[in-house]
Amino acid sequence: MGLVMPEFGLFFWMLLSFSILLFLLKRFAWGPILKGLADREMSIEEALKSAENAKEEMLNLQAGNEKILKKAIFERETIVKEARELKESIIRDARNEATIEANKVMDHARASIERERIAAISEIKSLIANFSVEIAERILQEKLADESKQKELIQNYIDQINLN
Amino acid sequence: MRYRQFTTFVPQINAMIRFFTSLLLVLFALTASPNLLKANEEHELSDSVSTKKFNTGDLIFNHIKDSYEWHIATVGHTHISIPLPVMVYSQHSGFHCFMSGKLHHGTESFDGFRIAAEGKYQRKLVEIMADGTEVRPWDFSITKNVTSLFISILLILIIFLSVAKRYRDNFARAPKGLQSWLEPVVIFICDDIAKPSIGKEKYQRYLPFLLTIFFFIFINNLMGLVPFFPGGANLTGDISVTLVLALFTFVITSFSGSRDYWVHLVNAPGIPLWLKLPLPLMPIVEIMGVFIKPFVLTIRLFANITAGHIVALGFYSLIFIFAEKSIIAGYGISVLSIAFTVFMGILELLVAFIQAYVFTLLSALYIGLALEKHEHHA
Repeated sequence: MGLVMPEFGLFFWMLLSFSILLFLLKRFAWGPILKGLADREMSIEEALKSAENAKEEMLNLQAGNEKILKKAIFERETIVKEARELKESIIRDARNEATIEANKVMDHARASIERERIAAISEIKSLIANFSVEIAERILQEKLADESKQKELIQNYIDQINLN
Repeated sequence: MRYRQFTTFVPQINAMIRFFTSLLLVLFALTASPNLLKANEEHELSDSVSTKKFNTGDLIFNHIKDSYEWHIATVGHTHISIPLPVMVYSQHSGFHCFMSGKLHHGTESFDGFRIAAEGKYQRKLVEIMADGTEVRPWDFSITKNVTSLFISILLILIIFLSVAKRYRDNFARAPKGLQSWLEPVVIFICDDIAKPSIGKEKYQRYLPFLLTIFFFIFINNLMGLVPFFPGGANLTGDISVTLVLALFTFVITSFSGSRDYWVHLVNAPGIPLWLKLPLPLMPIVEIMGVFIKPFVLTIRLFANITAGHIVALGFYSLIFIFAEKSIIAGYGISVLSIAFTVFMGILELLVAFIQAYVFTLLSALYIGLALEKHEHHA
């Protein structure tokens, strides 16, 4: 019967020491342990989440890089194409301009040559006229001694003028 | 309600485990290593020679019951034991304090006190009155179980304060040493006992208590299995200890009871009126249940641990019972006996954990039931 009857002494000591144990463990052991476990769980969860985020970001970055690269290539091609076109147009323009300029110079030259020629001709004409007059004067001075000859000469001149 | 079904299921699981382990026990007895047993046989023989008249009941009860000294061994006729302080308050002669060595293993009286050899107060300290009657004083003695209690508490504090220090220093560190043994168990109690039983919102308030009772019971169960000095006391198999543990659960349950909990005790909804009036059958049953719960907790732990010790010692005693008839029979039976004892030890390792688990689980369930709110009832 003694086996199943609680003993006062042990009951007392157990009540006292278990209460103290509960208090001490709660204050100094379970608090830090449970907090540590919760903190660790949270930090692991956060680490996983941030790793996942980093991975996603990397993918995004990679996709972005690719896009930028593609855009750069496209841009380069356009620039090169544009440059080529520009070059061609510059050359074409230069050629056209040069041609026009040359033509202009040629035209000018031609016009001035023409002008010079006309001036020279008219000068020659006036010189010839002068010479002719002088010659005629001399001839006249010489030949006018004879009237028949004078008449013949005048007739000659008149004929020549008619031919002219 | 789901949990209530589970609680009724626990004893069945216990019974099943016991059945299968006893099957294993028989198998082991048939295949036990002979070398291991031979070494033990010789040891037992020297013990049995010194024992004049063997009394199994005395042997077992001397072990499982509390005592005023810590018996270590008996060599020849000399008892080697650690004397412990006796502290009593008598209504007749006041306060007394002396070492139990003065009582000479219960054979002599000291200061008017002696250990009763038989009767109502057998194995307990009594005051001898003038007319020869024995009166039990208020006994605050540091007995074997109280000493064991102190040692275990010291052990628990050392273990958990050192582990807590590691968490306090750096929680992010991977667990190491003792910590890696305890951490899975702590997480198991949090996530598999407290959280589902009590509920996500409030379980954290009760965790310190649940963890403390679990490790207190578990460590003391294990210490009870160690057959020599710091262990060997039958602390968790003492009803005073289990009663205190159950009282803690009872008080915590009662203080955390929701309004619904108390209303349901007196007037449970959904039950026919004739069960409440004129004879309040259901309220009586419900209120009885409040007290039966801690009572059952007390008895279950006490009975399981005590029974384990009794059975292990019973098998062990078979050697001496047979050796009294003939020394050869003693040898013969010792093979079986040691095998059984070893296996009882292994079984008790399992029981040590299961009983700590069951006590913690049931405490958590009782708290959970008291916290439950029944909004869905009409």
